[in-house]
Amino acid sequence: MTSSGKALSEKLPEFSGGINWFKYASPQTFYPLAGRLIPLFGWPALVLTVVGLYISFFVAPTDATQGESYRIIFIHVPAAWMSMVIYLAMAFWCAVGLIFNTRLSFMMSQALAPTGAIWTFVALWTGALWGKPTWGAWWVWDARLTSELILLFLYLGYMALVAAIDDPRRADRAGAVVALVGAINVPIIYFSVTWWNTLHQGASVSVTSAPKMASIMLTGMLIMALAAWAYSVSVVLVRVRAIMLERERNSDWVADRVAQLVESHR
Amino acid sequence: MNWASVGDFWAMGGKGLYVWGSYAVTLICVFAEIALVRGRFGGVLKRLGRMKHATDRGVIDET
Repeated sequence: MTSSGKALSEKLPEFSGGINWFKYASPQTFYPLAGRLIPLFGWPALVLTVVGLYISFFVAPTDATQGESYRIIFIHVPAAWMSMVIYLAMAFWCAVGLIFNTRLSFMMSQALAPTGAIWTFVALWTGALWGKPTWGAWWVWDARLTSELILLFLYLGYMALVAAIDDPRRADRAGAVVALVGAINVPIIYFSVTWWNTLHQGASVSVTSAPKMASIMLTGMLIMALAAWAYSVSVVLVRVRAIMLERERNSDWVADRVAQLVESHR
Repeated sequence: MNWASVGDFWAMGGKGLYVWGSYAVTLICVFAEIALVRGRFGGVLKRLGRMKHATDRGVIDET
């Protein structure tokens, strides 16, 4: 087996302004960095959630057409955004792992998948609870809903496949191929409301046109989206640290870490 | 202020089941994920610590 990752990491600093971006590609340097980043995302997530919930229930007015059920938007849209963003991040790290042969990239993908699956479930669940009072149905086989359900199956399939293969390096690669092929589903979800005649409404917020909602509602939704993002980063970093310890348990750096911990508990 | 009373707040204009059903399940998911991920991290550390104790006392071979 060739260590193409190492060869590249030695060559690349010349082209990247002298900064060795591959330094944090190794678990032993990323592990303490991740540990420092967790509270930097976790605490803002909590504050943003409190502010976002306050706006969602006490500042944002009742919707003229939908009444109070529209308040589901403050979790539904952030959850749906996170479900897609996390999938793209997962596919990105899989691609990086396949190209540079960096084991940490695959660990990142595996740490992202459960959080992405949870957001996908939340998007579907809140969508059903919003669909019932507005459309009169918990579920319809509409392009947007169906493609989001496929996203949930992609997450679960990826996790099941990685868990089913004993050899971690083979599991990494097989999972990465599935994750990358499945990435085609993300633009399908995003554009489904324009490509097909769906029951689901079009995008509330897009880069090309002004938002189709009152600004205080939009502010609340964006704060909740930021909270969901910060939460996801912190929880994924905790999970990736656990995965690093599990997979590198026989390495010297983990032994040193454990020795330090045992020492500090004496 | 949107709500005349606490009961009014919980009723959500008759859509309470849908609104609170959404928020409750999301909260449960988030808290469950935090508990699981912290449990996993703590569990790994604990296992590795026990392994170290065992190897230090020569119970298992260091390989």
